[in-house]
Amino acid sequence: MAKAPKSKAAAKAPKSPAEDTEFVLHSLQEELEKKQRFDASTDQMMHFYEQMLLIRRFEERAGQLYGLGLIGGFCHLYIGQEAVAIGLQSALDGDKDSVITGYRDHGHMLAYGIDPKVIMAELTGREAGISKGKGGSMHMFSTEHKFYGGHGIVGAQVALGGGLALAHQYNEDGGLCLAYFGDGAANQGQVYETFNMAALWKLPIVFVIENNQYAMGTAVSRSSAETEFYRRGTAFRIPGMKVNGMDVLEVRQAAEIAFKHVREGKGPVLMECETYRYRGHSMSDPAKYRTREEVQDMKDHKDPIEGLKKVLMENGAKEEDLKVIDKDIRKVVSEAADFAENSPEPEASELYTDVLVEEY
Amino acid sequence: MAIELKMPALSPTMEEGTLAKWLKSEGDAIEIGDIIAEIETDKATMEFEAVDEGTLGKILVEEGTEGVKVGTVIAMLAGEGEDASDLAAPETAEVDAVLGEGKDVGQDASEAEITKPTRKADVKDPEVPHGTNMAKVTVREALRDAMAEEMRRDERVFVMGEEVAQYQGAYKVTQGLLDEFGPKRVIDTPITEYGFAGIGAGAAMGGLRPVVEFMTFNFAMQAIDHIINSAAKTNYMSGGQMRCPVVFRGPNGAASRVGAQHSQNYGPWYASVPGLIVIAPFDSSDAKGLLKAAIRCEDPVVFLENELVYGRTFELPELDDHVLPIGKARIMREGSDVTIVSYSIAVGLALEAAEELAGEGIDAEVIDLRTLRPLDKEAVLKSLAKTNRVVIAEEGWPTCSIASEITAICMEEGFDHLDAPVTRVCNEDVPLPYAANLEKMALIDSARIVEAAKKVCYRD
Repeated sequence: MAKAPKSKAAAKAPKSPAEDTEFVLHSLQEELEKKQRFDASTDQMMHFYEQMLLIRRFEERAGQLYGLGLIGGFCHLYIGQEAVAIGLQSALDGDKDSVITGYRDHGHMLAYGIDPKVIMAELTGREAGISKGKGGSMHMFSTEHKFYGGHGIVGAQVALGGGLALAHQYNEDGGLCLAYFGDGAANQGQVYETFNMAALWKLPIVFVIENNQYAMGTAVSRSSAETEFYRRGTAFRIPGMKVNGMDVLEVRQAAEIAFKHVREGKGPVLMECETYRYRGHSMSDPAKYRTREEVQDMKDHKDPIEGLKKVLMENGAKEEDLKVIDKDIRKVVSEAADFAENSPEPEASELYTDVLVEEY
Repeated sequence: MAIELKMPALSPTMEEGTLAKWLKSEGDAIEIGDIIAEIETDKATMEFEAVDEGTLGKILVEEGTEGVKVGTVIAMLAGEGEDASDLAAPETAEVDAVLGEGKDVGQDASEAEITKPTRKADVKDPEVPHGTNMAKVTVREALRDAMAEEMRRDERVFVMGEEVAQYQGAYKVTQGLLDEFGPKRVIDTPITEYGFAGIGAGAAMGGLRPVVEFMTFNFAMQAIDHIINSAAKTNYMSGGQMRCPVVFRGPNGAASRVGAQHSQNYGPWYASVPGLIVIAPFDSSDAKGLLKAAIRCEDPVVFLENELVYGRTFELPELDDHVLPIGKARIMREGSDVTIVSYSIAVGLALEAAEELAGEGIDAEVIDLRTLRPLDKEAVLKSLAKTNRVVIAEEGWPTCSIASEITAICMEEGFDHLDAPVTRVCNEDVPLPYAANLEKMALIDSARIVEAAKKVCYRD
């Protein structure tokens, strides 16, 4: 895979005024390359580690509950991609900023510190679920945390995110919107309609492409003419960044740079996080489109949790302490699973509630 | 503690599968994420991945076994400090009886009550005080005034769409708004319906009150995903957490000589969707009063106007705050012999028809539905009980129309009152032709309504 341009000097000399924008388009990337990893304190790193591990264990358990028929329909797991949500969302201003994503949303919810119980109970379709059991895996929201879903139509969250950003700008509240989508959604037309308006109106939005290499079962090279997704904002003069989405410290550093740019009123940023999902697209994925060796290689050499663990150990963390964390997280996840399994389904009287807000 | 490894399901509909291959043997150490076995169904092969660590104990189902039921224990996994070889096979549980194994485990629907929402009873249009001046106002001005008044009243209200600002509206409905409210609140968008409908819906989720204008509703088909999947369903899917108080408005239905792609009534499309409010006013008073109500409404609204009516002048009471109730029909003309149910531009045709029928001694009642969802079926049924005959006049295709819906309501809930079959008068069931003569033939007119009314009164 081609590397992002290393520096301005490496790019071709400008030939036309339009090419001056090259500097802007690459400036954030250049800033990231100057200093690629976030200077996290040991406490911060420990927190990232715990959060990523929570997502991993939660998703493993969700996969298990799905296998037992306790979770129905579609269930898209985030295993392998944990560093993206944690790296980005740890940099948000929780009081002001909003987040929106697609249907692979469990990890983004957990990154907010939302109780795993109400998330798991939503997956099992129970009354105690965060959407009262009426949304399911793909449709979870927490307006309290300014998390706006949880959307099942591929790419819809990008335009909706543009609207959230418009609201931030309109209300002059200083917030920004973080809109996640996948490499598959990146081929939807409305994504570019939104890029155009976001750049035109300088909306405070960071578009994050979680490039996990496969749109369902179609490899990026089979679906996309331009597989360097961070370049796809070029036509709209949106600066792009290419980020190692398997390294939480790099993602966090990229978030710092992108958020600063957006908060200065300079308009949107397009960030491509290269990542990988270990599991199938959804639970009913036959996994015929990639080799087991490819997946294993990622797990062995690129795993975001193992990667951070290595950094932590180098900084003096003890194996026993990390084991205790894992044990505690397993307990939390087990409790969430028990809760989700044993909570009652919604009352029949809930069938007709929440269709409309008002009575007519 | 020993863990039972159970036959997993590839999908909620899978009941059994083949245990194709064991990739680990008894006594092997298992790490989380290890692939233990391969499971096959007629549709796919799935890898069975370990979610717990330990040592693989007894394998209870040999590889190559077909028809293994989901939930069957296929092997045992020994935890730390346990001897894998000691693990005994568990008592065979009847799979069907296992809690949650692809089955409903909660409330028994057959015993529980389904509570349908109550309709607000006896809501009427507010009284217009005696002596109120009745101004002559076009529908176009009434709509503009509704938006301007609501924008003055609520800072969160803004208008966006193609040509709404500098051009003053493709049909001049937003004339003057840019001058008064500035470009922050009157936003020209590129020609990009899917995108700006999504931005409008997202802004509503984020707490604003967008009024999204479509130049015509024909173009909203590019955006219908956001109207239905994003705006209409969000409150329900979020268990009531996330509202989407957006108004999508613009002209709907056939215009004049613009051909098939620009001439369609989307009323029945939107009215079929739970979670939406659909309004289609006829005159200036309803246009203003209902648009103001729509903008204040906490639910997403599709507000269907009609280009051919924009320039028509009607009486409008000069009141400080003229707001009308959503979901209530209006009796435009009282009568006792036959009920003509209509909405939007066809109300005018129905009133013309009623005049003509009066000349022939038939006293027609004309009902303007005004709101298509929720539909005021009580008003229709009450009128049916009085006249015993119903004709529906709709400028739109007959198949799966509002007319079809009214017919069904009359059959299901008003059957005993019917003295004649409920009759639909709609456009012809063809894409709208361009040629003047063919277009005229394809569209509903008052003569056809008269004919239908006479027929149900057995007067032809």
